Amino acid sequence: MDKKILLSHGGGGEESNQLIHELFYQYFSNEILLKSEDAAILTTKGNIAFTTDSFTVSPLFFAGGDIGKIAIAGTLNDLSMMGAKPLYVSCAFIIEEGMDYNDLEKIVKSMTEELSHNDAKIVCGDTKVVPKGSIDKIFITTSGIGEVVTPGISAQNIDEHDMIIVSRDIGRHGATILAERESIDITSNLSSDCKSLWPVVKHLLDHGIKPKAMRDATRGGLAAVLNEWAVSSNICIELDEEAIPISEEVQGLCEIFGFEATDFANEGTFILALRPEQVDKALKLLHAFQDDQSASLIGKVTTKKPKKVILNTPWGSSRYLDLPKGELLPRIC
Amino acid sequence: MKQLQLKDLYHAFRDPKTIKSLALLIEKEAKKLSEPLHIMEVCGGHTHTIMKYGLKQLLPKNITFIHGPGCPVCIMPKDRIDHAIALANMEDTILCTLGDMIRVPGSKSTLAKERAKGRDIRPLYTPMDIIKIAKENSDKKVIFFAIGFETTTPMTAAVIKRVLDECIQNIYFHINHVLVPPAVKAIMDPGKAKINAFIGPSHVSVISGAKIYEPLAQTYQTPIVVSGFEPVDVMEGILMLIQQKNEGRCEVEIAYKRSVTREGNLKAQQMIDTYMEPRAHFTWRGIGDIPNSALRLKEEYAYLDAEKIFSDILPKAPVQDHKLCICGTILQGLANPQDCSVFGTSCTPNSPLGSCMVSDEGACNAYYRYGGL
Amino acid sequence: MCLSIPSKVIQIDENNMATVDTMGVQREVSLDLMNEEVIVGDYILIHIGFAMNKIDKEEALSSLALYREIIEKMEEEEKRQAILESDNCLGTLE
Repeated sequence: MDKKILLSHGGGGEESNQLIHELFYQYFSNEILLKSEDAAILTTKGNIAFTTDSFTVSPLFFAGGDIGKIAIAGTLNDLSMMGAKPLYVSCAFIIEEGMDYNDLEKIVKSMTEELSHNDAKIVCGDTKVVPKGSIDKIFITTSGIGEVVTPGISAQNIDEHDMIIVSRDIGRHGATILAERESIDITSNLSSDCKSLWPVVKHLLDHGIKPKAMRDATRGGLAAVLNEWAVSSNICIELDEEAIPISEEVQGLCEIFGFEATDFANEGTFILALRPEQVDKALKLLHAFQDDQSASLIGKVTTKKPKKVILNTPWGSSRYLDLPKGELLPRIC
Repeated sequence: MKQLQLKDLYHAFRDPKTIKSLALLIEKEAKKLSEPLHIMEVCGGHTHTIMKYGLKQLLPKNITFIHGPGCPVCIMPKDRIDHAIALANMEDTILCTLGDMIRVPGSKSTLAKERAKGRDIRPLYTPMDIIKIAKENSDKKVIFFAIGFETTTPMTAAVIKRVLDECIQNIYFHINHVLVPPAVKAIMDPGKAKINAFIGPSHVSVISGAKIYEPLAQTYQTPIVVSGFEPVDVMEGILMLIQQKNEGRCEVEIAYKRSVTREGNLKAQQMIDTYMEPRAHFTWRGIGDIPNSALRLKEEYAYLDAEKIFSDILPKAPVQDHKLCICGTILQGLANPQDCSVFGTSCTPNSPLGSCMVSDEGACNAYYRYGGL
Repeated sequence: MCLSIPSKVIQIDENNMATVDTMGVQREVSLDLMNEEVIVGDYILIHIGFAMNKIDKEEALSSLALYREIIEKMEEEEKRQAILESDNCLGTLE
């Protein structure tokens, strides 16, 4: 008989205790968490970065990751993007009654694995179980605290002549999730780019790269981040459309359904705004560290149309890159 | 002979050098034109290509585009969407449709809003999925709100055939399939339209053949070139139109010979004829009533026809287009989106009033997003 | 209207279906609308899950040949223009 999560696991009694000790403390073990106080007492130096995010993914397990991996990588990547070393994480689970215990364990295992890439700890948490049908299996909310090691990175800092770099080929996570939807019968070698970014960010910072702005292109993809930057810094971002790295499979999926890879979510891909003299060095570092040549210079900052993102085609025409629409629906025309 | 690779069918027809060379050729040929060329690209897919690849910027000033009514989502009138909403609100019903149809406003709501209220509404990637959905939900009515031009109609017919072959009892069809030639006729007949050349839809022609445009070329004495959807295809189509104009010809030519023949896909045509027939009237959003411009199920398939079976719950009152919307005039090339008083103010892609703002292929929508460049 | 995409047939399946590949993404499509026999290696156009037609490889190749010609012509012309311009420049110097 497969073990299931029951309402009693969230009831604060014996079963709750069992779940916390036998699962969460087993995997997330560290001395702050094991104190089991009402709040964790943390020691930090200087400025901290603080962020929170909730995670709902269907399917829970996909090629290249699962909801647990994203719940850690996603939140800690937000800290990394602000030039902060991830340190502490809080984690709240909302679980649907009847979820497989084994699935939950798999998710918790992934979280542990991802924490180790960041050298960060879960220091407090919470679990609720809700009646069957009220949510889709499991929701995870994580908050993260990091220590700012490189101050001054901000979406409002970007100036004319800065250059825009993307850390790898875009759209993998969104394309993977789409391809794994039940309603779509697709097989491919696509896998999510889901990954903790602190190691590569640290590598860039340690080697003297001084990002003006950095952002991981999650929901809304490249299009959303660049549009936000254009507004925040009151600049125009001009992209060289041909330079945007997109893998064959992601492009293939886009062709089939009439989507744009620039609208697809990423979970381990980030965008950098840099001074021009740092571009070559940053690209070299990215290529070597990630053992992947897809990091590219994709555009530059101008004053042509403030608050807008413009795509320039290789044949000399241009168009705006818009914010993606809320729900990705396939085009029939 | 070099082997053709699949990737050639993408890359070669998007090749920057080819596009540039065609642009230069077009510029050269267009100098000989005795009057400006107002090309209607009938099809939303062509509009999309023109916008996405910025082709307009590559053309000389005496060549302009007039975006046509060829987006099945955009032209869907509010009263038909109200039908879909009414059907979706019946007990034990799953309403299926294609693509971004669920975003389009009826008179009071959209299918997306109804879905948010808990109605079971599913945007499909292929109508074939209806079969599976119906088998998995044998206690429910599964209704397919069928949309699309000649390209998409045979897929509905193929599903109808499977439903009959497999004796599936719980699938119904609400047919909104529309036809290209009558729509072109409706735009041209008043005699006011500025259009003097047509880019013929590519995939409509794959099914129906290029022959369906021959009467149009003759009646209105305009050149028509059937082009593919890739940017190189569109540029080649424009070049051929200019050449026709300069040589004083008004013919239907195919620039998309790798996929289009004069006759089209006869099996698909036959399948459509088996189950469907023209409707006397169909209202197009932005244009109004166009006779014989749409299809319906034949009488002998009335037992599959959601319009007949559930007619007592379907709203009957015609819904007027917004008074200030000038889609009809825009579609005739007599006005630009910017000429409309509600453009960009009370009519935007997020809250569209007229057909031209509804989907990415609509002229107003495209101007709203890409204008000023 | 009518988004459709060239794909390669990699397998013929039962129930009149085929597996096709589009740039490394594979899916099953229906052959119910096909007028002619489809074999592995054919390029077909797919619209909402159905094959619509076979792509004529010869016609595609002849289009590509035509484009090559157009490009070559343009390049020659550009060269001639460049020579003309440099001649003119020399002319004004004398």
